[in-house]
Amino acid sequence: MDTATLTEKVAAKTVPIYIMGKKYEVPDALTIMKAMEYAGYQYIRGCGCRGGVCGACATVYRKAGDYKIYTGLACQTVVEPDMYLTQIPFYPANRAVYDYETAEPTPETVYKLYPELFRCVACNACTKVCPMDVEVLDYISALKRGDLKAAAEISFDCIQCGLCASRCMGEMAQYHIAQLARRLQGGKLAPKAQHLDKMCGDIEGGAFTGMLGDLKSMSVDELKKVYTAREMEPHMGADEWTPASSHGLA
Amino acid sequence: MKLGYYPGCTLKTKAANLEVAALAALDRLGIETTELDRWNCCGAVFSLADDDLIHQVAPIRNLIRAAQQGCDTVVTICSQCYNTLARANKLVREDDEKRDTLNLFMREEPDYNGEVEVVHYLSLLRDRVGWEKLREAVTNPLTGLKVAPFYGCTLVRPLEVAVDAVDHTILEGFISALGAEPASFSAARECCGAYQMIAHPEEGMKRAAKVIAAANHSGADALILSCPLCEYNLGTRQGDVVAAHSGLDQVPTFYFTQLLGVALGLDPELCRLDLSGPAARTLLTERKYIAAATA
Amino acid sequence: MASIPSPIHPDNLRAVRKIAEISGQNVYECMQCGTCSAVCPMVESMGFTTRQGIHYLQFGEVEAVIDARIGEFCASCQTCLVRCPRGIDVPRVFEAVRQLVLRTNTDLVVLKDIPKDTLAEAPQIAFVATFRKLTS
Repeated sequence: MDTATLTEKVAAKTVPIYIMGKKYEVPDALTIMKAMEYAGYQYIRGCGCRGGVCGACATVYRKAGDYKIYTGLACQTVVEPDMYLTQIPFYPANRAVYDYETAEPTPETVYKLYPELFRCVACNACTKVCPMDVEVLDYISALKRGDLKAAAEISFDCIQCGLCASRCMGEMAQYHIAQLARRLQGGKLAPKAQHLDKMCGDIEGGAFTGMLGDLKSMSVDELKKVYTAREMEPHMGADEWTPASSHGLA
Repeated sequence: MKLGYYPGCTLKTKAANLEVAALAALDRLGIETTELDRWNCCGAVFSLADDDLIHQVAPIRNLIRAAQQGCDTVVTICSQCYNTLARANKLVREDDEKRDTLNLFMREEPDYNGEVEVVHYLSLLRDRVGWEKLREAVTNPLTGLKVAPFYGCTLVRPLEVAVDAVDHTILEGFISALGAEPASFSAARECCGAYQMIAHPEEGMKRAAKVIAAANHSGADALILSCPLCEYNLGTRQGDVVAAHSGLDQVPTFYFTQLLGVALGLDPELCRLDLSGPAARTLLTERKYIAAATA
Repeated sequence: MASIPSPIHPDNLRAVRKIAEISGQNVYECMQCGTCSAVCPMVESMGFTTRQGIHYLQFGEVEAVIDARIGEFCASCQTCLVRCPRGIDVPRVFEAVRQLVLRTNTDLVVLKDIPKDTLAEAPQIAFVATFRKLTS
C-alpha cells in the first residue's frame, strides 16, 4: 500500500499492560522497552544496546491469573495484554577479585574464588529464568565436576543480565562464575588462533603504521572524501570478494 | 533395558582413581553400562527434614535422566551418591504426596514415579558376577595382602539402602575374591569424620585418627575405601592426621576399584595411582602386584 | 502432644512441636538408654551428649541443644539411627534442630574462612556435603 495515498489515520491496536503496578494502554506491536517509553518513562538506566546483547534491560513479568514468572529482555520482548512487569536494573552479585594473568586455568581456581558454587541444589530456577535460554544448571554442574571447557561452551550466550543470580537458592552469581570459566578456557586453555597471532605480529611490525599516519595527517574534508570513495563490498556480489587494494595486508 | 552409570562430581577429576579402573573392570567382566547424559550433582547428602523437598530435586532429576535414557537400573561407585540417590528414590516410591509435589515442581521434566533401581557397584559385582566368577577372572591375585575393609557410613546405613543388609561380609567377600586377606577391623563401619574435616578440621582429624589407629591395630597392609570423602580424610590428609596424633602408623589407602583393577590384571595406568598417595604405588610395586614404573 | 499435662512452658512446647513437624519423630519415645551417645563418633565435641540432647528436647529446651552445638558437630553417620532400641530416627531430630538455626538465614560454616588450599585440595563432594548440612 502506498503510504502517500493513505488519507485516514489508522489507530494502532492497544493492549493494557501494568508497569510496576500502574496500568497503561500501549500499542500491541511495541516491545516492552518501547512501550515503557510510549507510556512516558524515560530510561536513564536499565537500557543499553537495544539490540538484545548487553543484558541491561532484563525484565520480569507475570500474566493475569498465571502464577508463573516470565522473563525477557525489554528491548526484544513484545508486550502482551495484561502483562504485569517490573525491571531489575541491578541485582547485587558477588564478584571475586583476582589477577587474571597469574590465575591457573584449572577448576580449582574457580573453587577458590567462588566456593559458593557448591551451594547449588540443582533447583533449575536459573535455567528457567534465563532470557537467552542458556542452560545455567548444566554449566554449574560442569564446573562442579571440573569441566571448564563444557562450562565455557554452555555459557557462551550469557549476556550477564543477572536474572539467574536473582533467583538462585544457593545465592551465587552464576554469570560471574561462568565468566571466570570462559576467561580461563578461552584465554589459557583453548588453542590460540594462529591468524590472530600473525595479524598482531603484522600490526606490531608496522604494517599499518604508514596508512594510519596518512589518515591522521588528513584534514576533515580530505577524510570525508577518502571515506566516501572507499572500496566497499558490493551489496549483491559474488560469494567470494577480495578488496582490490591490499593496503599493507599481507 | 540399560544399566546407566552415574559418576557424581568428584569422580571426573579428583576421584578419577575410583572411576577409571571400575569401568574398565566392568568391561572385562562383561557388564555393559553407559554414563548418563546431562547428569547433575546429586547433592551428596540425603536431606533429613520432612518438609524439605528442594534437596530431593537434585537426586530425582538424575533418576529422571536415567528413565529418559531407557535405563531400568543406575549404578554408582561413590557411596555417598549411592546413599543419596537410593534414599531419594525410596522417598518417591513411598510418599505419593511428595512424589506429586516434586513432579509438579519439575514441570520442565517428565514425571518420575520410581521406575529406576539404584544399585552400588559392590552389589552389582556380587549379584551380576558373583565372587566365584570374579575369583576366576582374577589373573593377578593379591596373595599375602592384608586389607582392612572400610565400609564407612553411607554404604551401610540406614538399613533400607545398606549393601550389607543381608550379606554382612560383602566387602570381605570381595577382598577374598581378589586373593587378598580381609583383616579383622574394628572401625569397619565407623565414621571417617565426613564433612567435619572441612567444618571443624580438628574434630574431623580426631575421627580419622581413630580409624587409622584401628587399621594399624588390625595389622592391615592397606585400607580400602569406597567414598572420595573417606579418601580425603583418611588418605589425602593422613599425613596431617598422623602428625597430630601420636602412636599412629601410616597405612596406604586404596579405592576398592583400584585393587580390583590390579587383581584383574588391567593396565596399572587405569588405576590412576597418580591420584592416590605415593604409599599406594610403593606398596603395590614392593609386593610385586604391579611392575615398578619405568622412569 | 498438646493434651499431655505438662510443666513445660508453652513457648518451649511450640519449639518441640516444630521439631516433631520437621523430623516426624516423637522425642518422648526416648527411654534415655544412652546407646546413641555411646555410638556417636562426634559426641566428645558436643556440649553435652546426644542422649542428653534428646532429654533437653523432651523438656522443650531447644536453645540449650542449639548452644551445645549437637547439630553442628553431627557428621550424619546414622549410627544412632540404626542402634536406637526404640527406633527413633535420631539424625532427623538433630537435623530439625539444625534447621531451626539455618532457617533464620544463619550459616554454621563461614565460606570465606575456609583456607584456599583446602578449597583447591578437597574433593568437590566435601564442599557439597558441608554446605548442604551447615549453610542456609
